[in-house]
Amino acid sequence: MLQVSLYRYNPETDSEPFMQDLEVDTGGRDLMVLDVLEMIKASDPSVTFRRSCREGVCGSDGVNMNGKNGLACITPLSETVRNNKLVVRPLPGLPVVRDLVVDLELFYQQYEKIEPYLQNHNPAPAIERLQSPEERAKLDGLYECILCACCSTSCPSFWWNPERFIGPAGLLQSYRFLADSRDTATEERLAKLDDPYSVFRCHGIQNCVSVCPKGLNPTQAIGKVRNLLLQRAT
Amino acid sequence: MASIRTISFDGVIVGGGGAGLRAALQLSQSGYETAVISKVFPTRSHTVSAQGGITCAIASMDPEDDWRWHMYDTVKGSDYIGDQDAIEYMCSVGPEAVFELEHMGLPFSRTEQGRIYQRPFGGQSKNFGEGGQAARTCAAADRTGHALLHTLYQGNIKNRTVFLNEWFAVDLVKNQDGAVTGVIAICMETGETVHVKSRATVFATGGAGRIYASTTNAHINTGDGIGMALRADLPVQDIEMWQFHPTGIAGAGVLVTEGCRGEGGYLINRDGERFMERYAPNAKDLAGRDVVARSMVQEILEGRGCGPEADHVYLKLDHLGEEVLQSRLPGICELSKTFAHADPVKEPVPVVPTCHYMMGGIPTNVQGQALTQDSGSEDRVVEGLYACGEVACVSVHGANRLGGNSLLDLVVFGRAVGLHMETALREGIERRESSESDLEFSMTRLNRLNRSQSGDSVAELRKDLQNVMQNHFGVFRNGEFMREGIGKLAELRERIEQVYLPDKSQAYNTARLEALELQNLMGVAEATAITAEQRRESRGAHAREDFQERDDHNWLCHSMYFPAEGRVGKREVNFAPKSVETFQPKMRSY
Repeated sequence: MLQVSLYRYNPETDSEPFMQDLEVDTGGRDLMVLDVLEMIKASDPSVTFRRSCREGVCGSDGVNMNGKNGLACITPLSETVRNNKLVVRPLPGLPVVRDLVVDLELFYQQYEKIEPYLQNHNPAPAIERLQSPEERAKLDGLYECILCACCSTSCPSFWWNPERFIGPAGLLQSYRFLADSRDTATEERLAKLDDPYSVFRCHGIQNCVSVCPKGLNPTQAIGKVRNLLLQRAT
Repeated sequence: MASIRTISFDGVIVGGGGAGLRAALQLSQSGYETAVISKVFPTRSHTVSAQGGITCAIASMDPEDDWRWHMYDTVKGSDYIGDQDAIEYMCSVGPEAVFELEHMGLPFSRTEQGRIYQRPFGGQSKNFGEGGQAARTCAAADRTGHALLHTLYQGNIKNRTVFLNEWFAVDLVKNQDGAVTGVIAICMETGETVHVKSRATVFATGGAGRIYASTTNAHINTGDGIGMALRADLPVQDIEMWQFHPTGIAGAGVLVTEGCRGEGGYLINRDGERFMERYAPNAKDLAGRDVVARSMVQEILEGRGCGPEADHVYLKLDHLGEEVLQSRLPGICELSKTFAHADPVKEPVPVVPTCHYMMGGIPTNVQGQALTQDSGSEDRVVEGLYACGEVACVSVHGANRLGGNSLLDLVVFGRAVGLHMETALREGIERRESSESDLEFSMTRLNRLNRSQSGDSVAELRKDLQNVMQNHFGVFRNGEFMREGIGKLAELRERIEQVYLPDKSQAYNTARLEALELQNLMGVAEATAITAEQRRESRGAHAREDFQERDDHNWLCHSMYFPAEGRVGKREVNFAPKSVETFQPKMRSY
């Protein structure tokens, strides 16, 4: 029997959050953490979490498992369980709506702030805009972000300044557009980032890199944005 | 009944996947107050899981490529019950719609010339089936759906579409004249029930693959739009047509793209034989999905399956080499390692046909307006309601969808709906009124659930439902067994209508949501079962052991399921494209 400790909080009935201890019969199988949550929900439907694709591409089920952020659907028990114990909590640093569901509003606002859409001031051609495979390759490691918030909610700078520091997810997307050969708004984009908080609150702690379920490297992207800002200043 | 809060928009789109976001984008660009109701944050919609690409004759890999060839393939793929006017529209408008996506920023993979990369997919040909395999599927590596959905969401941010995220549409509001005036929806965070009024409502609620126990579909694919339509007494078309994708990872159900075979992968049985050479000598592993899925099941039934239970076959990819796999199919390598514990660079992936796509849905015209039939079996537009994407049946997929055509369907008809609504709004659709009693009708189900005191649990009933569909309405079907399944469903219907909701709280109550979703699944399952039993022939994905031949004399037509009577009727297929000759039905072989 797997020992599960689950963060519970229902704002209507609980004055404060508590940890609920449960035993789950996994039959010795190396299930995903999401499977375990589904098994718990089948017997107690009030247990609340988000989930959708169950294959690691939609980014719904970012949670904190035994102290580390990740996607429940692609985290096998063998990867996270130690001493037969699994502790599941909501992503840290954001208001909890209920149980494992956090309010992602601030996270989404930071994403929107970087104007996450291609901007090109020239009229579009009748066919596609051309882009060489080399230019396109610069977007690899950037466009794959699934907005699961695992990175930003593992980042101490984001915990301290969620209103002002854009955070690793937003900055990764910021660089995704700066790096796109089809985007002509580089100068405007950089001007909007040029303040002490948006980018420069990153202290290179790299929690974002170690938790990203898609293996992306926000710290590196932030470094590149920083370099562009510094070049612009000189 | 206590009155509930009302909010109003020009256009309301239910569903934040590819079709919904494309429709929303079109409408918000034109300045109309547009709201998207989505039960998940839009980028979590199932479009995100599409892998291989979007099929379209943009003539990048082959400068001679022609949308008419794509049309021919699609008509043939549909086993001739796709509507030729709709397929003509999709294939001819497609390039414009794909270039728009590129201009919006979709990070397509590229050719050396800097154009969009296209890969071969199943059922594709050059020169009307005479010129060999085509490469027509535009791709962003094997993450095309993700790239497309995020790009469309970004476009909507730019155009300031209003998003009601994590809101769940419960039921349509229809007035006494039968016109749709909006929906009843629950804001999940607060639990508040709200009347969302609109001058035009769009259903872009996606598929319902969760009616089966084994599916590539996300948890959220519960057929909410179909459920709502059926409860509003609207018919659904060709709902018996379900696609089983040849390559779901055995055991997990997770999809690996047809692009694997497009890039040169192939299927083998326990003897290591490339068995598709026997079933489809020309197209082999790139025959239609229905053909490949049946061949696989045949191999398994004849004892040539792989693994200790001989219950799957292998997809061989290692011969493509690590470099191709990493550059063209990086997501597949990841999924295979996670869910099959197999590294495609070194070993084959265990795969089995898995429920993937609903070809049927709410019948619409080419502009996306929902249709019903009057007493004389003539088409009639449902005022105020549109549908696009998987929930709709235009029909471009007929009895079998070609790979890469669903993403094209989404953007082309999402766009078409937006365009038509824009014109209709400009010409001034009157704001139709609905009464308290219309609202009350829509609230009945919710009220019953909120007062439930006993009954079976959602989890138990859902499992039972999925098992009936899996066992009785799978790749091969037969009448006797289907009738047995229909009996089991009738018994389940009673229990599902009386499902017990123990948790009555308001804040983010996913238990309530799952109960409502379960009732939608029930509607889809029942419509599927009854129609499947009635279509006494084999066509496309609908393969019957007791009626093995295609019967053009009786069944070269759409089925129409009318929920009030549980009756199956027929509707003519369109054979009148505007700019090309009709493609006449002929024997379908690959």
